[in-house]
Amino acid sequence: MTELTAIPVLQRKPDLSKAQLRRRYRAEARFRLYGVAAILFAVGILALLLGSIISTGFSAFMQTEIALDVQLDPAIIDPDGARDPAVLAGASYRKIVRTGLAELFPDVSGRKAKRDLNRLISRGADLELRDRVVADPSIIGTTVTIWIKSSADIDSLNKGQIPRDVVEADRRVKDNQIAWFDTLDADDRVRRSFNTTLFTAGDSREPEQAGIWGAAVGSFLTLIVTLALSFPVGVMAAVYLEAFAPKNRWTDLIEVNINNLAAVPSIVFGLLGLAVFLNFFGLPRSAPIVGGTVLALMTLPTIIIAGRAALNAVPPSIREAALAMGASPLQAITHHVLPLAMPGILTGTIIGMARALGETAPLLMIGMVAFIVDIPRTFTDPATVLPVQVFLWADAPERAFVEKTSAAILVLLAFLILMNLAAVILRKKFERRW
Amino acid sequence: MNSLILIAVLLLFMVFAYQLGRRWVLQKVGGDRRELHSLPGYYGAYVALLCGLPALLIVALWLSFEPQIIETILISGLPTAAQALPAGELNLLISDIRNIATGNISSRTPDAAVLIAADRYNNLRSISFAAMAVIGLAAAIGGFVVARGRLQPNLRARPVVEGVVHWTLLIASVIAVLTTVGIVLSLLFESVRFFEQVSPFEFLFGLDWSPQTALREDQVGGSGSFGAVPIFAGTLLITVIAMAVAVPIGLLSAIYMAEYASPAVRSVVKPLLEILAGIPTVVYGFFAALTIGPALRGFGEQLGIGVASESALAAGLVMGVMIIPFVSSLSDDVINAVPQSLRDGAYALGATQSETVRKVVLPAALHGIVGAVLLAVSRAIGETMIVVMAAGLAANLTANPFEAVTTVTVQIVTLLVGDQEFDSAKTLAAFALGLVLFLVTLALNIIALVVVRRYREEYD
Repeated sequence: MTELTAIPVLQRKPDLSKAQLRRRYRAEARFRLYGVAAILFAVGILALLLGSIISTGFSAFMQTEIALDVQLDPAIIDPDGARDPAVLAGASYRKIVRTGLAELFPDVSGRKAKRDLNRLISRGADLELRDRVVADPSIIGTTVTIWIKSSADIDSLNKGQIPRDVVEADRRVKDNQIAWFDTLDADDRVRRSFNTTLFTAGDSREPEQAGIWGAAVGSFLTLIVTLALSFPVGVMAAVYLEAFAPKNRWTDLIEVNINNLAAVPSIVFGLLGLAVFLNFFGLPRSAPIVGGTVLALMTLPTIIIAGRAALNAVPPSIREAALAMGASPLQAITHHVLPLAMPGILTGTIIGMARALGETAPLLMIGMVAFIVDIPRTFTDPATVLPVQVFLWADAPERAFVEKTSAAILVLLAFLILMNLAAVILRKKFERRW
Repeated sequence: MNSLILIAVLLLFMVFAYQLGRRWVLQKVGGDRRELHSLPGYYGAYVALLCGLPALLIVALWLSFEPQIIETILISGLPTAAQALPAGELNLLISDIRNIATGNISSRTPDAAVLIAADRYNNLRSISFAAMAVIGLAAAIGGFVVARGRLQPNLRARPVVEGVVHWTLLIASVIAVLTTVGIVLSLLFESVRFFEQVSPFEFLFGLDWSPQTALREDQVGGSGSFGAVPIFAGTLLITVIAMAVAVPIGLLSAIYMAEYASPAVRSVVKPLLEILAGIPTVVYGFFAALTIGPALRGFGEQLGIGVASESALAAGLVMGVMIIPFVSSLSDDVINAVPQSLRDGAYALGATQSETVRKVVLPAALHGIVGAVLLAVSRAIGETMIVVMAAGLAANLTANPFEAVTTVTVQIVTLLVGDQEFDSAKTLAAFALGLVLFLVTLALNIIALVVVRRYREEYD
């Protein structure tokens, strides 16, 4: 209202002084600056986000290993000498590994000190040795040097993530462990190698034994179900609405409904999945088939909307030409319009799939949040997916899981970038403008 | 697994029927296609559809109702003592029987009755599968025979096949409607069960939220209370913080991109903002919990303010960042849709560029911007992972952004992750919260749609 009263004054005598002009130009510069600041803020946060994840995550791709000379005593591994794989697999390799470690530090005595010493190496170290012996039984009876994973705490120490100068009670690695580690390091018995476990193992309670392969396979299986359900249904719905639907109240209802469905919070789809698929139909919990179906329902509106836009962009002359040549309406669409619209539909589908790949909340509702060690093999096996794995690890109390979480995020982002890149290339290469 | 093989067999049968149908009809006219009403492929498709469609429908229906029917038969065969068990224990027993039958590890050592039941379960399942296979294959062969009898050169195969395709397309587009119906029904159904135990008045206006159900009558703190106001307040607080970040920044960057930026800057900045939209929310949640939360806490300590490590501020700020691209891309569209002639008119009157934007372009685009903001609010209310990871669990009724609050989505996740019993108010409360969430976001979306449609200024 103040502006309204100011207008007559302006009309009578406009202020054309230099001072007023300068003020207006300053306002102009300020406004421009706000815009730049807003963009810089957004881009800066993006940089901070990616920077913090890359800086905490890249170290997880390397793993500290310790060299031990272990004597593969036949009396322990294979007492009757039959080389039966079951016997070989059942032997106590933990004892052999611990003996090998104790031999390096003969002066360590006492239960407590020995326990501290054994905590230098991973709890899964004996399994690595077992796999090696089962693969090649001829090494039984010899003394071999093996590189085994250090425990997660020693790994963090080696990567400099645990400060040495704080009081002993405040850090996870004790003074004597640091001393032993330094001795090993001085003997060249410590190295850092590429962490293949991260890419080949399932989840684990021990950070150094945990990997994302199980979650990646789960994501893959889930996305296959999502794609197999949402792509055909989405394309068919788009074709119907764009080409065949009569303009009436029902079609309007379907349209409004699809637009609304695109804006429903994802967690509500999870509630739907829980109530309908798990409780009503009794499908298995934590299974990719249920997760994929829920994500398909969530992705469907995206694909329908993209599909309609792509179909709409094909000029009507093409359809009319086909009809004029005697094609039936369905032939005109499936033989001529749909192939021309396909690149656009595929672009929309890939973007929808990328969203489905990053989705977490609905999957929590249908139990894909369980601790699952095994790699899923079928669509009904219990599985988890990459974003849920990130969520689970982010909640884990061990410090070493922080870098694993960041590494899992990096892998997830890499997949997303690949998918979006594919969408961009598809659009650039095949998009036609009439 | 066996059912998959059956479906694969039926699909193969359809391919086979297609080839045969095509060949037969061509044989009947001696290879002269002009004698046929439709292209030969349509006759093939006609045979394949008659052959496969009924059989596949039977298999689908069978598979979706098989579990319930088998369970009913199984329960009726159990000892009467077991049948009298309460629903929860009966469910446990059934899942034990299933686990033993499929060779999984079960939660208790099986007694004789359970083992017998497991045997019966396996028996029932194999009988059911055999029956399904026989009926399905019989339907396929029957369809095949009927189709063969009807196959004539003057058969109008194309309209029939196209009719089926047309119906399939229609059904595909109705699936979206069915999804909405499914959402509404499942939320309503469970919510009604919740409101049988807790009055809607207490739920909507109660000030105390501690969702527990007593295991024993005399348990300390056993009486749960389901007043959701602290949760709604927490959701509102975080949403307000998020909008305080997202609206100014999103709007200003949209204005800069639409009005000031050179094409080169646009081509770099626009994809960067889109990356912000493409990052999974779980990553934002990790970022909020690991980087922003502790940073704010440290900052607060230096200023002498107590900031909770799971403060509403951290979650709200990061959620705001997530929503920036949402606001900016929608506003960008409406700002670009304002006709250039309006801007030219303002320039002609001597307005500077910022004056044009503020006094001419923004009012003309206001309807779209308000719509974008409403959609962004609906997005913020429904956002889950950021708040699950960075906001608290305790339902505090506070407006202090430095304290921990909880939101509707956080409560849904906490109530439903882990063990669920569908007869306790604790689990059902999640569905009541889900219903509120669904209705509020739906209302916001519809209002946004109406605002955009009704207040659109028509130019030229």
